[in-house]
Amino acid sequence: MSMRSESEHYVNPEAFNPSEMETLSPAQERYYQASQWQIMWWKFRRHRLAVWSGVILILFYLCVPFAEIIAPYAPNQRSNDHLYAPPQTLRLFHEGSFVGPFVYGLKAEVDLETVRWVYTEDRQDVQPLRFLCFGSKYRFWGLFDASFHLVCPAEGGTFYLLGTDRLGRDVLSGLIYGARLSLTVGLVGVTISIVLGLFFGGIAGFFGGLIDSAIQRLIEILRSLPELPLWMALSAALPVTWSPVWIYLGITVILGLLDWPGLARAVRSKLLALREEEYAKAALLMGATPSRVIRKHLLPGFTSHIIASASLSIPAMILGETALSYLNLGLRRPAVSWGVLLNEAQDISVVVIYPWLMAPVVPIIIVVLAFNFLGDGLRDAADPYK
Amino acid sequence: MDVLTIDGLTVDFLTGEGRMRAVDDVSFSVPRNRTVALVGESGSGKTVISQTIMGLLPEKAQVTGGRVLFQESETAAPVDIAALDRKGAKMRAIRGNRIAIIFQEPMTSLSPLHTIGDQIGEAAELHRDVGPQEARELTREMLRLVRFPDPARALDSYAFELSGGLRQRAMIAMAMICHPALLIADEPTTALDVTIQAEILKLIKDVQAELHMSTLLITHDFGVVANMADDVVVIYHGRIMERGSAQALFAEPRHDYLKALLNAVPRFGMAEGERLVPIRPIEPHAEGFLKKGRSERACAAGAPLVSLTNVTKRFTTRKGGFFLGKGGHSVLALDTVNLTVRRGECVGLVGESGSGKTTAAKAVLRAIEVDEGSIRYDCGDGPVEVGSLKGAELLDYRRRVQLIFQDPFSSLNPRMTVNELLMEPLIIHNVGTAEERAERVRELMRLVGLDPRFLRRYPHSFSGGQRQRIGIARALALNPEFILCDEPTSALDVSVQAQILNLLRDLKTELGLTYLFVSHNLAVVDYIAERLAVMCRGRVVEIGSTRDVVENPLHPYTRALLASVPEPDLNAPLDFAALEAGRASEPDLWPEPYRLVDGVRPALVEVESGHFVCAPGLAGNSGSLPMEAAQ
Amino acid sequence: MLYYILRRVLTMIPTLFVISLLTFVIIELPAGDYISNQIAALRATGESASIAKLEFLRAEFALDRPFLERYLIWIGLWPGVHGFDGLLQGNWGWSFEYEKPVAEVVGPTLPLTIVLNAATILFVYVVSFPIGIYSATRQYSWGDYGFTFIGYIGLATPNFLLGLIMLYFANLWFGLSVGGLMAPEYIGQPWSVGKALSVLAHLIVPTIVIGTAGTAAMIRRLRANLLDELHRQYVTTARAKGMSEPRLLVKYPLRMALNPFIADIGNLIPSLVSGSVIVSVVLNLPTVGPVLLNALQSQDQFLAGFILLFVAVLTLIGMLVSDLLLAVLDPRIRFGRKG
Repeated sequence: MSMRSESEHYVNPEAFNPSEMETLSPAQERYYQASQWQIMWWKFRRHRLAVWSGVILILFYLCVPFAEIIAPYAPNQRSNDHLYAPPQTLRLFHEGSFVGPFVYGLKAEVDLETVRWVYTEDRQDVQPLRFLCFGSKYRFWGLFDASFHLVCPAEGGTFYLLGTDRLGRDVLSGLIYGARLSLTVGLVGVTISIVLGLFFGGIAGFFGGLIDSAIQRLIEILRSLPELPLWMALSAALPVTWSPVWIYLGITVILGLLDWPGLARAVRSKLLALREEEYAKAALLMGATPSRVIRKHLLPGFTSHIIASASLSIPAMILGETALSYLNLGLRRPAVSWGVLLNEAQDISVVVIYPWLMAPVVPIIIVVLAFNFLGDGLRDAADPYK
Repeated sequence: MDVLTIDGLTVDFLTGEGRMRAVDDVSFSVPRNRTVALVGESGSGKTVISQTIMGLLPEKAQVTGGRVLFQESETAAPVDIAALDRKGAKMRAIRGNRIAIIFQEPMTSLSPLHTIGDQIGEAAELHRDVGPQEARELTREMLRLVRFPDPARALDSYAFELSGGLRQRAMIAMAMICHPALLIADEPTTALDVTIQAEILKLIKDVQAELHMSTLLITHDFGVVANMADDVVVIYHGRIMERGSAQALFAEPRHDYLKALLNAVPRFGMAEGERLVPIRPIEPHAEGFLKKGRSERACAAGAPLVSLTNVTKRFTTRKGGFFLGKGGHSVLALDTVNLTVRRGECVGLVGESGSGKTTAAKAVLRAIEVDEGSIRYDCGDGPVEVGSLKGAELLDYRRRVQLIFQDPFSSLNPRMTVNELLMEPLIIHNVGTAEERAERVRELMRLVGLDPRFLRRYPHSFSGGQRQRIGIARALALNPEFILCDEPTSALDVSVQAQILNLLRDLKTELGLTYLFVSHNLAVVDYIAERLAVMCRGRVVEIGSTRDVVENPLHPYTRALLASVPEPDLNAPLDFAALEAGRASEPDLWPEPYRLVDGVRPALVEVESGHFVCAPGLAGNSGSLPMEAAQ
Repeated sequence: MLYYILRRVLTMIPTLFVISLLTFVIIELPAGDYISNQIAALRATGESASIAKLEFLRAEFALDRPFLERYLIWIGLWPGVHGFDGLLQGNWGWSFEYEKPVAEVVGPTLPLTIVLNAATILFVYVVSFPIGIYSATRQYSWGDYGFTFIGYIGLATPNFLLGLIMLYFANLWFGLSVGGLMAPEYIGQPWSVGKALSVLAHLIVPTIVIGTAGTAAMIRRLRANLLDELHRQYVTTARAKGMSEPRLLVKYPLRMALNPFIADIGNLIPSLVSGSVIVSVVLNLPTVGPVLLNALQSQDQFLAGFILLFVAVLTLIGMLVSDLLLAVLDPRIRFGRKG
């Protein structure tokens, strides 16, 4: 049947070298000795957007400890002469000559027809900004009095970069102080959520059986509930008599309380997957105690995943706080958060006249975007061995 | 005439680090009506060649040189496939129509959401200009050709309802429906059990004869090559090492690589003491703590070390659900298993997937609880029930009994350095001071032929064989006496497999270890084990010295199993005519006296000295077991 | 299949019970109740004349009973003053603030709530599906980058802020209010073609506002799912059969990616319903949203409780529909395969 019984017998003339071991370049050697965190960092670093988001978030978070110094005014400092003052433009040149950063003074008149204050720039009133200066007084972290600022208005002048609200409070300072609460709400809430998620997900994943299915059902039910109405109902239950600090803590607990199911689910499934990993079994068969297996084999395997998914649930919490405060169900003055500031923008007819009241929208979107990008980058880097 | 002529083919991959040459100046041809085997280890570029022929190369791959000429008949003009647009109409008219392919993984190659009939008939509708009704008819015809038990019903079934063997048959039907001139079979049987592999190989041969087509068979298994190929092409690192007729290559391999490869394949009937020759041999030299510990507990070799008596294990798959889901079905994973491993020997435990061999190993490790029966272990002062061990005793048992895993990739924690990995057992068992531990770890590395400087590296920097050696070193760290090897070489290439097998053999003699070697590969077990136990559907069907069982198999299942193993020897071809399609693994269909029906205990009967077979019909009255068989 | 539907519907019953209990706990969290707070207020001002009447009301609504009893009376598993008369019997409770039965207060808002949510889900499906496919099949093209970017912005902009911004620009440019669900002249009028069209026109803005974030999320998920599927072996099999790319894409990977797509909609529904509540407040839509806010602020507990339960049930039904759809599409679920 074979048409060509003698196929040509070809032999490669080159010799075969079984010990063809490639020599390692220093870079390879470095990679081979890199721990999981190092490889994750290298992987994360390639995700440009995530790195930049991280930098932006760090800048934002600088406002949290140093709000008093960065903000030119105190958040609740009113100025009866400047109600609904429009944003002042930062300028460098006055009549063609360089002056350095300054603003023109504001002149206020009442428009008798509309019964509104109308502001005009006084082109002669040059108010150069002062830097690293002493201005309005504050109590730093509520501990001691101080008046040092990064930037202050000229003596007797004003510096409303983003305008003022109906009581003449500086919107920019409000934003900077607001960051303190708005940005930490997510962190504290996520911490609560992680603790709950680790606990419930952990016992579900580790014990399995009846406990697991009970927790699974609970998670399913909680996840099928619309969050916001629940948040609203729970915050409505916070006593009005509570101080802002307690309300703040209450809100974070509420946010964390409803967020954990997602995290618990992630913990559980990761734990189940890792528990089935052969190296975890190997350790058990070597005689390792369950606690050692959890510490040495399971935890290092999923901390990175937890961090990544946590970073993705922070923005939801920030938005939750904003929504609640916006609806008057969350924080209230004198506490300042971005949601509280937005509360001023509830009446659309006012917003149309004084659009700068919507300013908090901008940092909210930037921070939420940044967290999303950062979370994406972290998640991609979280499993370096894939 | 050649259906396919590959001439100087060169394929590059564009990766992040630059160009990587996957196929380097490869030339060979596939003559009409012949089978050419393309043989190589993983990463040799054989799959890239098949992808090139099918026009299925990934985006980042580039044909940088050479031609792939496809000529269907004497009169047709040859087409250069390499020059065609991969997604163009011309390529599509050839692909699936004139050239068809079968893939390795029948599990993932079929869509779970479409019926088998739909997926097979599709090719006919695409190329043969037929309507849905006709396509269905053709599909039924094809399913009959590939010997589906019930072709009409199979048309409307889904892939997940079929067994692995049937799925691969469906894949073959899909490839055949347009009567292609060339069939590419890319490792078509690697994922299948050996008895099913033999059937699929037979099927490919039959279909090929019936439809007059040429076959390009891509494989790493010389047994398959010897049984299927007319011509052989051996490829290594993208380059052809040797090429010629199967006769010439098996009779007179010329290139060092092929010679080395053939020397590394275990064969039946190797002489006593004959060794495989791995491509990169290592010589273990036990010293230090491993040697020191040995002399102290010198126990009589040959005394029973572990014995399983009437061990039964039932797995119940429970259907989830709060209200309605009740009951489930249970599988008898181990049915009255009796097995004894004596000190200093290596017992091979052989069976196909689902035979219970891994469950048995897990039971010995006390990784699962057994339902009935007892497992006893003799530490030197009388047998102890393993199931009742607690606390310090259990920890001591864990030290004595170690496991080598099948998958060298998942059994090492990727987040630990090799040093931490090898330290771990020492820390768990609180052995020695920090310096002693460090010394032990270095010694272990030398023992398995790895440079102690690698200790600072992470597992991701090692190849499969190196990782498996780390796994072996870890298993030896506590100076154990009994090691369970769970398919330790099934994930490795042939050349590395020989290296690991030799290492295990040498360690056994050097350290006086005892092995229970679980494997589906009879030739491997034949090479390493002195005694052999064959399992099928949770029962031990035959036990005896390896030589007795291999040369004189008694049980119908053992016979079928041995008859299905393709040997890398042209003079010992598979007897395709004698294959009894799947009947051998069905206990109800075994002839008397071997027949097992529900409720009959699988009693072992001693047929010749030390050679037992499961034959309830010979056991006198089937209710009582003969005295413990394997004593 | 029938068995599956039955099972799936039956599992909803305990879920509903847990949710109703949870709801009841939440609305009972604030100190006191509507009436006892009023009594306290009256006592403080020294007016004791109407206290007796309020005390009577308190007993009438069983507010003086223990917690569990109150709950069981509310859902209608325990006899109240007038026998079994709770949610299960079709009595939705009493609104103290409006001094009307809850049914009368929320009744008119319910259909619009359902219509709005259904429209949003439809919007998410219709918009995200083609864009998701486009992005996945033309990965790293300009269109892909563009949609991804817009998607991120959509994801990051909370829907009530989006509503606010839209309101602002609508006011600025057209000088009109986009709030409300119909033109003012139709309010209180019987249904007519004109009224229906007006409702449809007014639905557009809230639907976009509520659906944007969800759509963005869906596009990302569909894109990721589809990219996953595109690299599966069975796609190669289909390609090896000689299928053309578009045909292959539709038949296999798209078909596979459809399942998680539908399952994801189920996961998305809670947040859509959430969004509809707050957006309704911002845009002043006559859905249950603003009523809920009022009820919560005035501690009108039965009204708030009913609305909370209603939105929860709405999400459950949405998830049920998505699960059933999934079963229709996926033979593996239909066949009740264990695993």
